[in-house]
Amino acid sequence: MFDALSERLERISGSLRSRGRLSEADVDQALGEVRSALLEADVELGVVRAFLDAVRERLSGEALSQSLSPGQQVIKAVHEQLVEVLGSSALKVTYAPKPPTVVLLAGLQGAGKTTAAAKLAAWFKQQGRQPYLVGADLQRPAAVEQLRMLGAQIGVDVFSDAADPVKVAKKGVAEAARLGRDVVIIDTAGRLAIDDALMREVRAISDATSPHYTFLVIDAVTGQDAVHTAKSFHETLALSGMIVTKLDYDARGGAVLSARGVVGRPIVFASTGEKLADFDLFHPDRMASRILGMGDVMSLIEQAERTMDPDVVAQSAGRMMSGTFTLDDFMAQLNQVRKMGSLGGIMKMMPGVTKEMRSAASNVDEGQLNKIEAIVSSMTKRERREPVIIDGSRRTRIAKGSGTSVSAVNQLLKQFTEMRKMMRQMGGPQPSMPGPMGKMASLAARAQAQRSESVPPGFESLAQGMSAGGAPRAGGGSKNKKKKGGRVTPPKQR
Amino acid sequence: MIAFIIVAALVVLVGATVLVRRRSRRSVSPRVRAAMPEVLVRDVQPRPDLGDVASLERRLGSSRSVFERVRSLSGVGSLGEDQLAVVEEVLLRSDVGVTTTNEILADLREHGAPNGVARSLRASLLSSLGADRSVRSSASDDRVPVWLFVGVNGVGKTTSIGKLAQRLVNEGRSVTLAAGDTFRAAAAEQLEQWAKRTGADIVRANEGADPGSVVHDALGRARARGSDIVLADTAGRRSNSTNLLDELAKIRRVADREPGEVVETFMVLDATTGQNALSQAREFLAAAAVTGIVLTKLDGTARGGIVVAIERELGIPVKFVGIGEGVDDLIVFDPQHFVDSLLDA
Repeated sequence: MFDALSERLERISGSLRSRGRLSEADVDQALGEVRSALLEADVELGVVRAFLDAVRERLSGEALSQSLSPGQQVIKAVHEQLVEVLGSSALKVTYAPKPPTVVLLAGLQGAGKTTAAAKLAAWFKQQGRQPYLVGADLQRPAAVEQLRMLGAQIGVDVFSDAADPVKVAKKGVAEAARLGRDVVIIDTAGRLAIDDALMREVRAISDATSPHYTFLVIDAVTGQDAVHTAKSFHETLALSGMIVTKLDYDARGGAVLSARGVVGRPIVFASTGEKLADFDLFHPDRMASRILGMGDVMSLIEQAERTMDPDVVAQSAGRMMSGTFTLDDFMAQLNQVRKMGSLGGIMKMMPGVTKEMRSAASNVDEGQLNKIEAIVSSMTKRERREPVIIDGSRRTRIAKGSGTSVSAVNQLLKQFTEMRKMMRQMGGPQPSMPGPMGKMASLAARAQAQRSESVPPGFESLAQGMSAGGAPRAGGGSKNKKKKGGRVTPPKQR
Repeated sequence: MIAFIIVAALVVLVGATVLVRRRSRRSVSPRVRAAMPEVLVRDVQPRPDLGDVASLERRLGSSRSVFERVRSLSGVGSLGEDQLAVVEEVLLRSDVGVTTTNEILADLREHGAPNGVARSLRASLLSSLGADRSVRSSASDDRVPVWLFVGVNGVGKTTSIGKLAQRLVNEGRSVTLAAGDTFRAAAAEQLEQWAKRTGADIVRANEGADPGSVVHDALGRARARGSDIVLADTAGRRSNSTNLLDELAKIRRVADREPGEVVETFMVLDATTGQNALSQAREFLAAAAVTGIVLTKLDGTARGGIVVAIERELGIPVKFVGIGEGVDDLIVFDPQHFVDSLLDA
């Protein structure tokens, strides 16, 4: 929908003349683009202005880097500033010396408070705590019922009764103390930020329970109004931090920056999906890339994990490493990838993917994928396992069966054989490559070198993007890296 | 066959990454925990006096209307950049969006503003909101008319259905509700409470049931009992998931099959939503042929300006707006009133 900021800055970077440093005029022009990008990402206008001032300060007079284009240099500055704003003063959840630790959740209607309450409880449970949920949302019909159902799913008890919300909250905390639970999460009613009655109610709950943490639940699809919400809740409750929800949507999530800008308290947790497990600590760097529309490998991988069947993937990926990858495995993986949505959409989330690459991917329409599938499906089981046995007459049969031509079958087989050969090569230990991701990158790079006539331009940058984006996370400790690099057996055999 | 190599690379990369993540997962948790910087419990600002809270409206509603601000800048009739800057700010702050704002500004620049900037702006916004807003509540032949409600999570679908049911009941119609949100915990209970309140009939199934079958059953029941209309709820879903959109398309097909006919598909949209609303509208339009928008939560500080962009770009009109929590606070959309409140900041 929107051009990525990087593309737009590259477009104008021709006019950002290299004169040793960025001039005022250059910076102005670049920041104009940044402004549009931030506004398109729903960052509030006032926050945008303050942010641009900070970026201007970073850029002004800065010497032009040798290795970066002026456009890239602007992006780097913007990205760094975003990470700094989003990530500074993170919050570590410590626990009250005298349990229970009381956590109060507040927010607008529909931001996802009740679901966030359950997810937070599950998170605490995972941390080895014994959470307790208190349903003090007596406004929305069936809100307490929803909390009870979610509580049952995660095995956390829920307290509520039909009294008034303040009493419920107070009793709930007392009950948690009696039961020896060490964390109490209070879900409150959501209404509109300007609703004085709501603010008084939630403030009264806060006064009655003296929470150790007060979190604002804010939704990533919110527009300019995020500042009003954050401000009014902060002024009423003195927030300790924020929980951002609906990060699995395709919104850029500029509201997070807006709220952070006016409240000055950290974003602590992020909710990234419908399942109760889709909840984790907030990652400022991912959010920064997302706001800038720069691709989001981690989210892509998480999406992959949500939609893909891990066993299928692990099995065929294991065979891939050991060089026994078959056409069946390929089909299985292709089906997994197709579950994630359109190839073009997937490409959008990858960093370092050029426009050419993206358009090549979006040209790969369903029809072409169906063709590949038809060809493979027209093979016998044995042919799929051992493609070498496919001779001339088998090819003719397959072409007929799939409604394609013999040359299409030939091409598919040739490319598959070469792909498998490369996979077998990288199956052995390769100390220079940081883990399987590096290998994938080298595979892709080799593919580029070996068949430059058939590979669209930009393939290399896809590989680089993946290795740059995936490797650090995949590696972690250097010990891990070595171990993974050498592993060739599929996991099920471990 | 370029396709093959792209697909192959993608399959391999994604597959390997998932595998790697799976292997490394076990070791992640303690590291993440150690990486969290320390903030002491209770390190929060003191809570302010409640006296401040009462003045929320004063704090938020400080700015004057666009009309006043533009008028106070320079002579009427002229089209100064400072006036346009005010217009730009108002539009952006209302979530109208960068693209639409720029189009409107370009329009003002090109055609001038013979009656003043504010008035031209008003006219321009009104002309963006010119689509047909009539609401169909009867089906052709003798099929059962269905209103299908779609939207992302938390926008107020179930509540909107409850309020519209009340509206229809007040008009003397008999209404059957279909609790098609079988995903969210207690969604059916919430709708059931609305059924009791409004006297509407309801068909529901257990959590996790097939929403299409709930809608199908509701149609059968509405036919048997002679209900005038079926209002079908669906689970909130993000608009960037092919599977969820496919499911929605299927629900719509079921609802549109004999004896039912989908006469309106309402996308329920929260007025606080920003630019993502446009992509929601685009995806839901493609998956479920949206015929109108129910804009909820317009009684807050959010102005819902994104509906201007949606109507300009996709031609989907707003048909109802929610302006409060009361049952009667879901009213028919009035473009003039909407534009006035947009500019009255």
